[in-house]
Formats: sequence, C-alpha cells, structure tokens
Amino acid sequence: MVYKLTLTLLTFLLIAPVVSAQETVAASVEATVGDPPMIDSSLIPAPPSDIKAVDTDNDHGHSITVTWELSADDGSGMNNVLSYEVFRWVPFLMDELDTLRVELARVAAEIDSVGRLTGELKDERAVIWAAIDDMADQMPEAHRMYPEGGEWRLLGKVASGVATYDDTGGKDRKVSDFIPDFSDLYFRVEAVTSDSAIRAASGVAGPVQSYGQWFNTGRTPVFIAFMFFGIMTVFFVIKARRGAELYVRPLAGIEAVDDAIGRATEMGRPILYVLGLGTAADVATIASFTILGRVAKRVAEYQTELIVPTYDPIVMSVAQEVVKSSFSDAGRPEDYNEDIVYFVTQLQFAYVAAVNGTMLRELPATNVYMGKFFAESLLLAETGALAGSIQIAGTDEIAQIPFFIVACDFTLIGEELYAASAYLGREPVLLGSLKAQDYAKAAMILLAIVGVVAAQFEWNWFIELFHVVD
Amino acid sequence: MKRQIPLFITFFVGTLLIFSVFIPPMETLGENFTLFFDIIAVFAFFLGAGNLVRVHVSKLRKRKADWGFSIVTLIGFGFMLFVGLLKIGNPGGIAADVTAPGSWFQEMFNYVINPLQSTMYALLAFFVASASYRAFRAKNREATILLMAAFVILLGRTPLGMMLTAWIPDSLSIFQIPNMAVWIMNSFNLAGQRAILIGISLGVVAMSLRLILGVERTYLGGDDSG
Repeated sequence: MVYKLTLTLLTFLLIAPVVSAQETVAASVEATVGDPPMIDSSLIPAPPSDIKAVDTDNDHGHSITVTWELSADDGSGMNNVLSYEVFRWVPFLMDELDTLRVELARVAAEIDSVGRLTGELKDERAVIWAAIDDMADQMPEAHRMYPEGGEWRLLGKVASGVATYDDTGGKDRKVSDFIPDFSDLYFRVEAVTSDSAIRAASGVAGPVQSYGQWFNTGRTPVFIAFMFFGIMTVFFVIKARRGAELYVRPLAGIEAVDDAIGRATEMGRPILYVLGLGTAADVATIASFTILGRVAKRVAEYQTELIVPTYDPIVMSVAQEVVKSSFSDAGRPEDYNEDIVYFVTQLQFAYVAAVNGTMLRELPATNVYMGKFFAESLLLAETGALAGSIQIAGTDEIAQIPFFIVACDFTLIGEELYAASAYLGREPVLLGSLKAQDYAKAAMILLAIVGVVAAQFEWNWFIELFHVVD
Repeated sequence: MKRQIPLFITFFVGTLLIFSVFIPPMETLGENFTLFFDIIAVFAFFLGAGNLVRVHVSKLRKRKADWGFSIVTLIGFGFMLFVGLLKIGNPGGIAADVTAPGSWFQEMFNYVINPLQSTMYALLAFFVASASYRAFRAKNREATILLMAAFVILLGRTPLGMMLTAWIPDSLSIFQIPNMAVWIMNSFNLAGQRAILIGISLGVVAMSLRLILGVERTYLGGDDSG
C-alpha cells in the first residue's frame, strides 16, 4: 500500500512539471495489483505536439482528421516511440447508446431465430429505434458539456512516424461507428512506447464539428473534363441531326463483320458470338450487346445459324432479348429460336471447355469475341484458329489485346470496341458521339505535350491544375 | 412505352450516379445500386439453371449430335444440386455451411472441378507457344520489329541474357540485354498501354453518354438507334 502511494506520488511529481496551460502532457502509470511495474521516468518520451483536428474535406460528414507533430523521441532522441494512440472524448450518453445497440442486436438475433417478424418483436424493435433516435438527437448537447459527463475513448492506433489519423464513422445511428455531425468533438493523442504503461499525451484539440460538403472539390478537374466532353458530345450529336457530313476513319475489324457473315452463309456453317466473362453492368458487355444486335440482324437477313453461349444468366437474358428483337427487325421473327442464346456455366475454364468443344464440333465459319476477356482469351482464340474460323475480337482488357491480335484475323483495340456499334449502324447521331471522342483524344494529346513541356520547365501550377484528390 | 420507360430509367439512374461521384452525400448511391444488381443476379441464377436444363433436355429429346455430353452435363448438374441442397456428407449436418470441409459438395469441388479447371488453364502454356510462333514470323517490317523486341525481352528475362552481355562495361550498361528489356517495357510498352488506356476511358465515357442520352438503344433490343 505504502509502495503504491509512493509510486503514485512519484509519478505525479514526474508529470507535473511538463503540464502547461496550453498543452497537457501526462505520463500515466498503470499499476496492476500485486505486480506494480517499475517506471523509469527517463524513458517517458516527449509528447506529440501541435495537435489539430479538422473536419475531413470532401466527404459526407461524420469524419474528423487529426494531425500532430511527431514526438521528439520518434525517430530521434530516445527513439522509443512505437506507436500513437488516438482518443476522442465521448459523453456517457454514448455508452447508453451502445447498450441500446446491443439490445437491438439481441432483437435482430431473435427475429432471425424465430424466422419471422412477430408483432411483439416488431414493437420492441420500434421502441429501441425511437430511443436510439432520441438519444442521438441529444448528442450535440451532451458534447457541449465537455469535460463533464464523459470519458476519453480509444479510437485507434497508428505506427511511429505517422502523424495523421482519420476518425471516420458512419451516419447510421444504429451502428457503433456513428459519429454525430455538428457536435463539439475533442481529441487527444498519446505517444506509446514498447511498455504500454510508459506513454506521453498531447494536449487536447477541439472543439471541432464534422459536417458534409456538397461538392467534392478534389474532383474538380474530372468534373470540368466530363462537362467539356459531355458538351462536345451533345454538340456533335445535334450537328449530326441537322445533317452535317461526319467523316469517321474506317475500322478494319468492323468492316470485316459483314464479309464474315457472308462467308458463313456461303459455307453453310454457323457464326459463334462470345460475349466474354463480363456482367451486364460492364460497359464492354453493353457495347458487345449492341454489336450482337447488328450481327444478329445480318444473320437473320442471310438466314445463317448463330450460336451465343453465355457465361452469366443476366447477360443471357439480355442477349436473348437483343437477338429476338434483331430477328424481328430483319422481318424474320419466325426464324428465332430460344436455343440460339444459352447459358453454359459461371466457372471460367469450364466455360472455355464448353465453348472450345462447340468450336471443334460445329466448326463455325466465323467467331466473334466482343466484351470482357481474361486468361481464357488465348485459349478461345487459338482453338478457333485451329478450327479454321475467321476470327474478329474486341476487348477493353489491355492485357488480353496482344493475345487477340496474335490469334485473330481482326482485332478492335480498346475504344474501337465502343465505337464499333456506332460504326456498324452508320447513324449520323451515333457518329456524332464518335467525333466528340476523337476531338477529346486530340485535346488530351495536346495537353500531354504541354504537360511534358511544363514538367521540363517546372511549371508546377500547370501540373496542379490536373491534380485529383480522392 | 416499352422503350420509353427503360430509356427514362437509364437516363435518371445514369445522371444520378454521375453526380454521385461529385456530391459526397450521394457517394453511397453507387454501392446501393450494386446491391440491387446483386439481388437481381440471385434470381437470375434460376434463369440460368433453368435454361441449362431446358437446352440439354431438348438436345437429348431431339437426339442432336453429341447428345451424350448432355447426359454428362445433366448428371453433373443434378448431382451437385442434390449434394449441395441436402448437404450430403457435411460433418455439421443440414445447418452447416455448404462448403464445410468433408462435405461431398466441397469434395467434388476440390477433387473434380478444381483439377479440371487447372487442366484447362495449363493448356495456355501450349497455346502461348503456338501463338508466339505465328506472331513472331518476320513476314514484314512491323513483324520483324516485333520479333526483335520479343527476342530481347525473352532473353532479358532469363539468366542467359545477363550471361551474354555481362562483359559490357557499366558505363554502357544500357546495352546489356536485361536493361534493354526493361527499357523496352518501361518506355515503348508502357507508353502504348497508356495510350490505349486513355482511349478506352474516353470510349467508356462516350458509350455511357450515348446510353444515358438514349442515343444508343440496341441493348434494349431492336435497331432504332438515334
């Protein structure tokens, strides 16, 4: 007992001199009953200083960024700082809120075990929800009471050498990481050594309030570029609608589509169309649907056989609709049958095995690969080449483009896949958007050249114009 | 009306998601729409499974060419469905995770599907060789340059490349084959890749705008673009 009192007194005497009005520096000694640690005061590191807490920029609120100056004993001096622990002051009301959340979790578990939402459980849940909302509404007031009626809560830890911490929470009051907006928040950082009892605390930063922004200024360059491109697209579409002649350079791969369909017709062999491994949410797959639509229309006109094995059930459904409509547009709805587009599997190499098997059995005159492709690209294209088919491919997966170039007769490189549908249709309105794309590319080439010059002459202001912060 | 409603939905959702990139309070919208997509995908599984069974049963009935493969497919499908739904051999019983070690479902995956998939993947080694043989024939000027670049990179990535040019002094180390390979990859290859990437990005934006503005409609079925 006497020993513990002496230790506490000693600790107080050691800490007291470094406490100032501006900055509270504390060294805490955690004495455990029966095994009191021996603290060497000379090992207490210098505290982190100049702590600042500001609302995190360009977010939806509920987040504070804390920064500080590293301890003098981090990387230099005694060099014994191992990490920094960041604390936020939270009112006791937050503990009560946590208790309610535990209750809510219990009710949710009960609903799960019962297997349905009974009236009793529904009422109980509604009562807890109302209590949580009520308590969350009181948070700003409770935070204003600092330092009364609350405690410091450990948020997290960062390694030595790091002087920033994002206290990012959510806006859902029912979840434990909820951080109330427009409440006065206070933060503190402690430099921790290998002995967690030996530590030094910074002063307190605060009050600071979190709130959301209405525009992410870090993405301004992207916004300007998007608006510029969007306006150009609309401009050229309107121009095309008014009848302006627009020249678009020919794409060999697309011009080959008609020839390939003709070849299949003459040979009396089918056309195999592979949409790739993408989902219906991938732009490459959507572009592929548009090309499939054009191909299916020609196929219907020439009365050739079409085979479309798919990897994804949603892609299959959309592809069925596209092909069916194309047959109708060609004036041959009766030629459409549901076996044209079919589902194979969602296992990558099992899909390859099935499609390769189809190629070797059916010996299609033409294989068209358009969409998202991964490691299976060469397996498909080489088998097609062995089967003697004319092959046309297009993908936006950079790593797969060389494989297609090597193994296929015609390859649409990158953005040509997206241009293909517009090119195939030859509608002026679609060509208008291609024109905008070409001008945007020209603008980017120009900016890249100016950027190289700017880098040489260290015109950093020019480079900063394009700096995007995420 | 059949076209107007999907076009309106595309325009509305597309515009909303574009603005969500720039407006922080709307940032979670994208994730929410992804969740909607996942929910739809779950139901689409039934479509896929139904289609698979229908196509293969139809093949069997009509005794189309190679109908024997359809029997294998249907037996495999039925067997996996059976052991998966009833959790046959699952040490934890019907309430346990379907992929628990020891369950027939997991055993089939580990000892049948995985080796078969690996076998297919392994074929890539042979196909790379045959494709390279075709690509690297010096038929014209471009193909010759390609052949030379490929030769330098192939040598540069093997110990032989270093052995052959180790005698070159450090002041001329750029002419050592491994360094030349790095130079080709970091300069020509990277520049080409980035150019393609910029084109793809612009293409994606242009395609998305065409879809949002309703200029491109083929994905809805039919051909009345514009």
